[in-house]
Amino acid sequence: MTRDTRLAWINGLMLPLLNVLTAFAAIAIVFVFINVDPIEAAKIVIHGTLGYEEGVGYTLYYATNFVFTGLAVAVAFHAGLFNIGGEGQAYVGGLGVALAVLAFDPSISPWVVIPASIMGSLLFGALWAIVPGYLQAYRGSHIVITTIMFNFIASALMVYMCVHVLREVGQMNPQSKMFPETAWLPFIHDIFAGIGYKIAPSPLNLSIVLALLFSLLVWIFLWHTRWGYAIRATGKNTTAAVYGGIKPKKVIILTMCISGALAGLVAVNELLGYQHRLMLDFQYGYGFGGIAVALMGRNHPAGILVAALLFGMLYQGGMELAFELPNVSRHIVVVMQGLVILFCGALEYIYKPRLVRFLAPIEASE
Amino acid sequence: MKHTKRSLLGGLIKKTSLALIAGTFVLSATIAQADIRPAVVYDIAGKNDQSFNEAVFVGITKYMNDTGIAVTELEPTNAAQVEQSLKKLASRGYEPIVAVGFAMANAVQAAAEAYPDTKFTLIDMVVGLPNVQNVLYKEHEGSFLVGVLAAMNSETGTVGFVGGMDIPLISRFECGYKQGVNWQDSSMNVLANMTGSTPAAFGNPSKGGELTRTQIQNGADVVYAAAGGTGSGVYQAAADAGVLAIGVDSNQNWMQPGTMLTSMLKRVGEAAYDSYDAANNGTWEAGFRILGLAEGGVGWALDEHNRDMITAEMEARVNEARDAIIAGDIVVHDYMADNSCPI
Repeated sequence: MTRDTRLAWINGLMLPLLNVLTAFAAIAIVFVFINVDPIEAAKIVIHGTLGYEEGVGYTLYYATNFVFTGLAVAVAFHAGLFNIGGEGQAYVGGLGVALAVLAFDPSISPWVVIPASIMGSLLFGALWAIVPGYLQAYRGSHIVITTIMFNFIASALMVYMCVHVLREVGQMNPQSKMFPETAWLPFIHDIFAGIGYKIAPSPLNLSIVLALLFSLLVWIFLWHTRWGYAIRATGKNTTAAVYGGIKPKKVIILTMCISGALAGLVAVNELLGYQHRLMLDFQYGYGFGGIAVALMGRNHPAGILVAALLFGMLYQGGMELAFELPNVSRHIVVVMQGLVILFCGALEYIYKPRLVRFLAPIEASE
Repeated sequence: MKHTKRSLLGGLIKKTSLALIAGTFVLSATIAQADIRPAVVYDIAGKNDQSFNEAVFVGITKYMNDTGIAVTELEPTNAAQVEQSLKKLASRGYEPIVAVGFAMANAVQAAAEAYPDTKFTLIDMVVGLPNVQNVLYKEHEGSFLVGVLAAMNSETGTVGFVGGMDIPLISRFECGYKQGVNWQDSSMNVLANMTGSTPAAFGNPSKGGELTRTQIQNGADVVYAAAGGTGSGVYQAAADAGVLAIGVDSNQNWMQPGTMLTSMLKRVGEAAYDSYDAANNGTWEAGFRILGLAEGGVGWALDEHNRDMITAEMEARVNEARDAIIAGDIVVHDYMADNSCPI
């Protein structure tokens, strides 16, 4: 093995694994302090997330959201852009879904309504990201500042839409009316029932197929198209990219469009797949979670799928823990997620120098 | 919980054997009764919001202490988890399941349809299914009474109202309060503000404080908050300015002793308690329970923190209003009946 391949293994596999294990160790210590047996807690989490059909369904359902936001952050990362506006882009994507669904008559075929509303989520997510993209490319406003500010604007816009425009008369909750059944994405348990297998109902729906499809598309796009090359070249070295004939300004806008569109797909899973109405804060936490997922997944679709699964397990497992153990409140669940993000995101390279010294010494012959 | 029971039993052993026998009897009776597995799902605000959810929490704690039956409590963090929590409890055979707050209606609807044999109790909202008990309150009647007190305590002729989320339910508090103020003194002026238009408005003490300060600047010297967790900011602002405030849902008189005139009690804890108790006795019924002054569902708080502030004259006047409402001589207009307030 050459030094480079060894480094690739260290970066791609060993570091994330070590980081996750450290996070788990830290969580175990927290559990000991609140009088919870960490082994028992681990058993509950594993059984609750992978041990029975409904739990698996919920895990994958949460993971689907993280795949979309993880991909969104990763695409932007490859162009050197830190898009932390996934939260707002997903939220406004929901508006695209709702407007598309409610614009159609309930009698129109799902084959029209569902693709149209998926397009709605992509379009609105992209539109919400294009403004920060433009400001970065042509006005030099830093993308981190503008995307996070756009989260607040998105929140205000969505509150206005839910409270004053889409709320039904007599309804106290700020939410749109229920989508007609023709606009519902089929649940996985219904699909299985259709072909003769009975599995426990869960919110898991066809969006997970969409998530896998988009993971593949992102991989093809980034590594096997000219646009993808332009994005990666801009991210690695903008000056060199310009020398190669790439126009970074256009690349930035294109990248933000794609990034926002991917984040917008969260609305497909949440609204078309499960909630079947536009409601406040349906995207809560997934946009920011996507940053950690992308970091842990090393901005590669395959890694993102694994990291999203881990975060899905954390969401579902946390719920199970709060259910089974009275000592574990919902705040402890947030602490767990926070520790994973801390060790896998903020401290991601903490072991790198030692590992490199230990496993990949410079060989004199190379 | 466990600890208390053990030390209680320990105390009994030290006393006479008669007491020991009685104690064992009570204990065994409790065990024999423990055939229901009650549960509760709190609102996103959490059970320690010092107001609405906490009132339920207090009622449930009392139930656990009284009966020795453990109640499983869940605090979801997002909307998807509300439905998941309800369904999970139902699938594990818990019932009755109390759902706290109007925002849970959709989730209760879905869960009650999926588990038609499980009993659900929904507070503050209506789901028309044969396995759902809907507990509704006549908040306008309780608010009327604190309105009377506010009017009697105001020297400036202006009182304030700070609502949480701008929804008909909160306008019902406001409208009842205005009617009470007006009944006492029709020359009074009522300033009213809502904190926001989303559920976050029930957890925004700083905005509540700002609104209160503005109302005080405009002359209000008694401010009534119907705003859940936002209320703490209202009471703080009132205490800072040395004017009076009125709490809501739970008895909040202790929060700023000396400037808390009273609290409008909405006895949601009792609703949870009664629901469990009825299920245990086999008398639980689906449908509506509408609780007003006559049923003791709403009222006003008088305790050691505000005893000195309420004169005999005030107490008599409030009781007069209460009796008149119960007798039907005063009809407090319900904002939600026609989405408008006569005042």
